[in-house]
Amino acid sequence: MSDHVEQLLDRLLEEHPPATTPHEVFWGAQYDLGLAWVWHPDGFGGLGLPRRVQGLIDRRLLDGGASVENRHINLLGIGMGAGVLAAHGSDAQRRRWLRPMFTTEEMWCQMFSEPGAGSDLAGLATQAVRDGDEWVVNGQKVWTTLAHVAKWGMLVARTDPDAVKHEGLTYFIVDMESPGVDVRPLYQITGEAEFNEVFFTDVRLPDSNRIDAVGAGWRVSLTTLMNERVAIGGNAVPRGSGRIAQAIEVWGRSGLEDPVLRDELLRLWADVEAFRLTSIRANEMTAAGTPGPEGSTGKWAWATHNKAIASFILDVMGLEGTLYPDGYSMSRPPAFEGRSPQHGFLRTRANSIEGGTSEIMLNILGERVLGLPGEPRVDKDLPWKEVPRG
Amino acid sequence: MAETVGFTPTEEMTLIRSTARQFLGDRLSIGVVREQMMSGEGFDRSLWKEMAELGWTGLMIPEEHGGAGYGLAELSVILDEMGRNLTPGPFLASAVLATMAVMEIGSDEQRAELLPALASGDRLASLALYEGPRDWGLDGIATTARPSGGGWVIEGVKRHVLDGHMADTLLVLARVGDDLGLFAVDSDAVEVEQVPVLDLTRRQATVRLNGVHVPAERALGERPVGQGLRRVLAMGSAALAVEQVGGAQRCLELSIEYAKTRYQFGRPIGSFQAVKHRCAEMLVRVEQARSTTQHAVRVTDDPEELAIASPLAASVASEAYVWVAGETIQVHGGIGFTWEHDAHLYLKRAKTSSLLLGDPRFQRDLLGRALGL
Ligand SMILES: Cc1cc2nc3c(=O)[nH]c(=O)nc-3n(C[C@H](O)[C@H](O)[C@H](O)COP(=O)(O)OP(=O)(O)OC[C@H]3O[C@@H](n4cnc5c(N)ncnc54)[C@H](O)[C@@H]3O)c2cc1C
Repeated sequence: MSDHVEQLLDRLLEEHPPATTPHEVFWGAQYDLGLAWVWHPDGFGGLGLPRRVQGLIDRRLLDGGASVENRHINLLGIGMGAGVLAAHGSDAQRRRWLRPMFTTEEMWCQMFSEPGAGSDLAGLATQAVRDGDEWVVNGQKVWTTLAHVAKWGMLVARTDPDAVKHEGLTYFIVDMESPGVDVRPLYQITGEAEFNEVFFTDVRLPDSNRIDAVGAGWRVSLTTLMNERVAIGGNAVPRGSGRIAQAIEVWGRSGLEDPVLRDELLRLWADVEAFRLTSIRANEMTAAGTPGPEGSTGKWAWATHNKAIASFILDVMGLEGTLYPDGYSMSRPPAFEGRSPQHGFLRTRANSIEGGTSEIMLNILGERVLGLPGEPRVDKDLPWKEVPRG
Repeated sequence: MAETVGFTPTEEMTLIRSTARQFLGDRLSIGVVREQMMSGEGFDRSLWKEMAELGWTGLMIPEEHGGAGYGLAELSVILDEMGRNLTPGPFLASAVLATMAVMEIGSDEQRAELLPALASGDRLASLALYEGPRDWGLDGIATTARPSGGGWVIEGVKRHVLDGHMADTLLVLARVGDDLGLFAVDSDAVEVEQVPVLDLTRRQATVRLNGVHVPAERALGERPVGQGLRRVLAMGSAALAVEQVGGAQRCLELSIEYAKTRYQFGRPIGSFQAVKHRCAEMLVRVEQARSTTQHAVRVTDDPEELAIASPLAASVASEAYVWVAGETIQVHGGIGFTWEHDAHLYLKRAKTSSLLLGDPRFQRDLLGRALGL
């Protein structure tokens, strides 16, 4: 880390002592100093430095008593939306959205999936029709995480039904407070409604909320998804932290000495450590200009390990694992929250579905990384409106 | 510390890799490997001289004793390539395990006496540690050494001595009262018998020591040697894990090549998800294993970290290789089950490697102890 960054960090921590500064104020100052997304250009929360420097900055901030929870609270914005704005947005759009996103004053959500389009995202049906300087949106999204607290939503909509499916899409940012946006809770297996369904009835968007060109929506979506998979699966965390730490804690408290369970715990520990080292190696190889296959393996491995650990923890708990201290609250949480191991067991089932299913991840690894042939496609050259659906 | 060690190869490592790939490709292609594995000794000793001339046998040996003074990180590059090529012969036994034991445990005089010949390739050595089938923890050693006439008399039977039939010197672990000692014994003085092995590219011998006399100066270092030896085995396990990743990588490549070119139902079998997803999982497991091994060979100077990194790498790489080699046969169908195809050679190497220095469960037990779990 360079002296310049060190000085900025010292300044940030001195001028805004974390203990007495409200989080939003601290994060705002962090943004203004270019320590938010350090790889962004000057003036957009960054300093034009390599991405990996951010990890060092975040660690220093944590050591200095600051919170980096905003990355988690506004995951869909900071982890994904920002990447989209950086790669495809205009300067005016970046200026408008990045700072309040980073401070969590404006929460974000991602409106991609639809009842008829999940894995096959490019098949989506929500329509946006141009009307002068505006667009009029009609349709329905589903599984929209945190839409009930979001100010802004990333929307992919069909703007040309006559084009083949990947080509007729355009990307917008929607003000979730616009008339005609209706957000309804969808309750999950945990008893909470973290996600929602979102209905659009003649919602009007200014053209200035369009990201990149008309018809470029698929390309922009891919940027979002790639950032999502890194945000979900590619974080370099400290050794033995996160869910495996919970497993070790529960194991320690149980007083068990069962050699079979112990071996399983150690296998899981080894799996996540191998995964963690792989993330570090991937970052290093990418920074060195030689990105290898290590990176793409992250999301799949993360989902697989996470589910296995969460399930193991209940095994260690025995009958205690049959209880649900959280209770089925049937509420709408304001953010992602960590909970009991039982809640973790339920919540992790989504890990292999959200952000692209594990099957889709293996398709990507097989086809893009290993170069194996794709499957025969029935939808490839048809105009979208002629593709079979169901 | 753990998190600051990098993964980027040094220039030396890149150079060593290209030399290794070229040499093994030219002199030890898979056809040659197959010839040698069917021969009595399992390895053409003239190749040892060539490897020594390339500096491989002395890579880790300090310069003052005729070596190149590199570390395990550099040596591991050769093992990676050897794993890919299924290179037969005593490299692991002599240039890695026995050499590291002399370096770690031997006194200054003993290092000065033994290392130059190991570096030059004139002497081959092997560790004779195990007796029973699960002696990895060195707990149940029954072979004894008792003092006699200023030297030692050793009595016992050692099994699973890697390439023991080629060794000039055997480093024999024996009980001295309640302690463990390591003795450098000339192979002429003992009975060495090759035993039939599952993996023909890595041989084993049984060594019988029937009251063998060993001079006092051949008792290595200071007793007890258990701790030093465990360190050697930790480094050795990391080294072996690198070799395992090299083999697993080759299996992955064979599977992908085949999945792209074999057609059934009018399409390449790699377009079927059952096959494609299997290959993708192979990739994930190979990459994860590679990360653990590359980390382990870079932390040998940090005993606390090595105690975690070595069993981590050994258990992850062992299970990955056995699984990947097995799935390679599956992807190939009937041809994968033939003698003619190379898949079985990898499976045999994979399975036996996972048992040589401690099976995954044993390694995870070490890991748990190191983590305090
Ligand atoms: C907790 C949670 C939060 C979410 N948050 C959001 C969000 O904020 N915004 C948003 O837009 N979406 C969100 N999603 C939606 C998520 O991206 C989709 O659920 C996911 O992409 C799968 O789509 P689907 O549910 O329609 O399943 P489908 O695509 O119908 O898949 C059903 C099954 O078929 C398999 N399958 C489908 N196609 C293939 C194929 N080609 N090869 C092999 N198998 C295949 C799938 O792997 C799966 O097992 C969220 C989902 C969950 C569970």
